[in-house]
Amino acid sequence: MKHLKAIIASIALFAMFAGTSLQAKVEIQWWHAFGGRLGELLDEQVNKFNASQNKYTVVHTRKGNYSETLNAGIAAFRAGQHPNILMVFEVGTASLMAAKGAYVPMYQLMKDAGQKFNPNGFVSAVSGYYTTTDGKMLSMPYNSSTPVLWVNKDLMKKAGLDPEMDLSTWKRVGNALDAAKAKGIDMPFCTCWHSWVHLENFSAYHNIPFATKANGFAGLDTELAFNSPVHIKHIQTLGKWAQEGKFKYMGRRNEAGKNFRAGECMLMTESSAGYAGIKKEAKFEFGIRHLPYYGATEAPQNTIIGGSSLWALSGKSKEENKATAAFLAFLSRTDIQAKWHQDTGYLGVTTAAAKKTKSSGFYKANPGTDLAGIQMMRNKVTQNSKGLRLGSFDQIRGIIDEEMEGVYSGKKTAQVALDSAVKRGNVLLRRFERANK
Amino acid sequence: MEKRVFFKGWWLPALLVAPQLLISFVFFFYPSGQAIWNSLFLPDPFGLKTEFVGLDNFRFLLSDPYYLASFKTTVIFSTAVSVSSMALGLYLAALADRLIKGAGVYQTLLIWPYAIAPAIAGVLWLFMFNGNIGLASYYLKALGYEWNHTLKGDQAMFLVILASSWGRISYNFLFFLAGLQAIPKSIIEAAAIDGASFWKRFGTIVIPLLSPITFFLLVVNIVYAFFDTFGVIHTITSGGPEQSTTILVYKVFSDGFVSQDLGSSAAQSVILLVLVGILTVIQFKYIERKVHY
Repeated sequence: MKHLKAIIASIALFAMFAGTSLQAKVEIQWWHAFGGRLGELLDEQVNKFNASQNKYTVVHTRKGNYSETLNAGIAAFRAGQHPNILMVFEVGTASLMAAKGAYVPMYQLMKDAGQKFNPNGFVSAVSGYYTTTDGKMLSMPYNSSTPVLWVNKDLMKKAGLDPEMDLSTWKRVGNALDAAKAKGIDMPFCTCWHSWVHLENFSAYHNIPFATKANGFAGLDTELAFNSPVHIKHIQTLGKWAQEGKFKYMGRRNEAGKNFRAGECMLMTESSAGYAGIKKEAKFEFGIRHLPYYGATEAPQNTIIGGSSLWALSGKSKEENKATAAFLAFLSRTDIQAKWHQDTGYLGVTTAAAKKTKSSGFYKANPGTDLAGIQMMRNKVTQNSKGLRLGSFDQIRGIIDEEMEGVYSGKKTAQVALDSAVKRGNVLLRRFERANK
Repeated sequence: MEKRVFFKGWWLPALLVAPQLLISFVFFFYPSGQAIWNSLFLPDPFGLKTEFVGLDNFRFLLSDPYYLASFKTTVIFSTAVSVSSMALGLYLAALADRLIKGAGVYQTLLIWPYAIAPAIAGVLWLFMFNGNIGLASYYLKALGYEWNHTLKGDQAMFLVILASSWGRISYNFLFFLAGLQAIPKSIIEAAAIDGASFWKRFGTIVIPLLSPITFFLLVVNIVYAFFDTFGVIHTITSGGPEQSTTILVYKVFSDGFVSQDLGSSAAQSVILLVLVGILTVIQFKYIERKVHY
C-alpha cells in the first residue's frame, strides 16, 4: 500500500514536470472591453492566432466597458499585476502617452522583437491619433469608427417622408423630425455618445477647434474651446428638440442603440460600428448616411475616430514582449483586418485591408458601409480635425455629459451649460498638466 | 452597581485586546493614515511620479460647486432613506406583531428582501424602470407620465431612494418586531383597561420603550445610507444625471477610480472621515440622552 502511494505520487510529480515542459509556450494576457457580438469576433481572432503557431498563447479577458477596462489596467499596474496588452479607448490616449514608463512604445516593441512592422501601412487619420508629433507610433490601432447617421426607412415611410431624402444638413434633419412628430412618431431622433458625436466630431467636421493648441496635440497647456457660437447653436437645437419631444435622451453611452434596433427611433447618430448589432437585430430596412452638418458653414471637413488601440504595458520579460509583438503584428495582417472591418463596421485601419474589402465587392453588396471611411478621409486633415489629445478626458466627457443633460432637461441654456463645461474641464486640464509636468 | 474586573500585570489584558487592536490597525488606522498622507499629494494615475501639494487638494475640492452640492445630495438621500425605511419597517412590524395566524410566514416574507445584495437590488429596480424594457416605466407612460431617470434628476433620486430603502425596510422590520415583542404585554393591557386608545398606547408606551432600538437603527441606517448604498447608485444611475445622485461616497469612488484623481479622492475620504466622526459624536452625545434604556 505504501509503495502504491509512492508510485502515484511520483507519477503525479512526473506529470507535473512533463506538463510544464510541454507548456513551454509563452502565455500573455490581453485585457479588453468587448462583449456581445464584438466579443465573439475578438475571441475568434485570438483562437486563430493561438492555432496559427505553437510558441505563444494569448489569453483574453473582458474587464467591463472601456472606462472600466482602462481603470482595471491602471489599478493593476500600480499593484504590479498588469496584463501584457491593454485595450485603451481613444479618450484615454493622452493619459497613457503622458505615463512614460508605463508602456513599451509600439515602434520599440516591434524593433526589440525583430518583428517586421510597417507603421505607414495604417490609414494616417487613424494612426495619427496614436503617433507622437515626431512620428513615433506608441500604440497599435485596433478598432476605430466614426459617427454616421442611421436611418430607419420604414419609419420614414410611416412619417410620409421619402426614405431616400436628403439628410445632409441639420436643417433638413430638423424638417424631417417635424414631419415625423406631426405623424405621431414617438422617437424621431436619438443619439449615442453625446460628446463624441455632437461636440468632438462636430468640431472636426466644421473645422473649428474643440480645444486650443491643436486640440491638445501641441501641448499640455491646452484649453477647451467648445463654447463657440456654432457649438452653442447646435446644442441649443438638440435641447429644443428634446423639449419638443422630437429627441429622446436614453443615456450617455450607446443606450439609444437599443431603441433604434427595436425599430422605435427614426434617425440616430451613432458610431459606424453600430453596424454589427443593427445588421443582426433590425427587423426593418435601414440606411446609413453621412453625419449631417450646418449648411451655413463651409462644406464638411472630416470626422475623427473613436475606438481603441492596444498598448503593450511595461515591466514584462523579453520573451513575453516578443509574444506581444507577434500577436499585434498578426492583428494588423490584411486578412484579419479586412474581416474585422466587414464584420463589425469598424474602419479598415490598414490601407491594404480597405483595398481588399473594396475589391471583394463588399461595399457594393452592403451599401453605406463605405461611408464612414469616406467621411474620415474626405479632406486633408487640419489641426482641428486630426483628433483630440486631452488629459483626464474621460472625466471631462463626464462633465460634458452632465452639462448636456442640463440642456436636454431644459434646466440650462446651451450657452450656460457649455461655458460651465469649458470652465470645469479646464480646471481638470490644469490639474493634469500639473501632475504630468 | 458597576462590575469591575482587575487584572494583575499587563500581559494578559494586552494579549486579550491584541486581536481587536490588530484588526483596528490593519483595517482602520493604516488605511486612514494612508488616506491622510495621500491627500497631501498629486500623483499621476499610474503611480510613476507624485508631487507634494500641501492642502491644495482640499482647496480644489472646496471650490468645486459640485462637491458642495454633493453634501446636500447626501443629506437629502440619507434622510429620505433612513426615515422612509424606518417608518415603513415600524408600520409593518406593528401590523405583524398583532398577527395571530401565519405570523411566521409573513415575517419570513418581509425579511426576505434583506438577503438581496444592494447591487442586485439596484439592477432589479433598474429593470422595472428602464426606459426601453421596464414594466413600471411602461405603465407610467400609459398613464401619461413621462419616466426618464437618465435625464430627470428628481426621478433618479426617487429611484435610488426607493431601491436603497427597499431592502432596508426588512432590516428595520426585524429589529422593530423584536423590540415590540420585548414590550411586556401587561403594561399595554393595563393601559387598555384604563381606557387608553390604540394610538394613545402606541404614542405613550410603545414609542418610548422602542427608543433604544430606534436610536440604534437611526445610527445604523445613516451609516448604511452613507456607505453601503454605493452598489445601488452605481448600478442605477452612476451618480447622474448631472451628479444629482452623487453622494459623498460615490464621489470618492468616481473621482478616485473612474477619473484616477487619487489625490482628490484621498482628500474626500479624509473629509468624510471627519464628518462621520462628528456625526457619531453628535448622535451619542445629544440624541442618546433622550433615549430611555
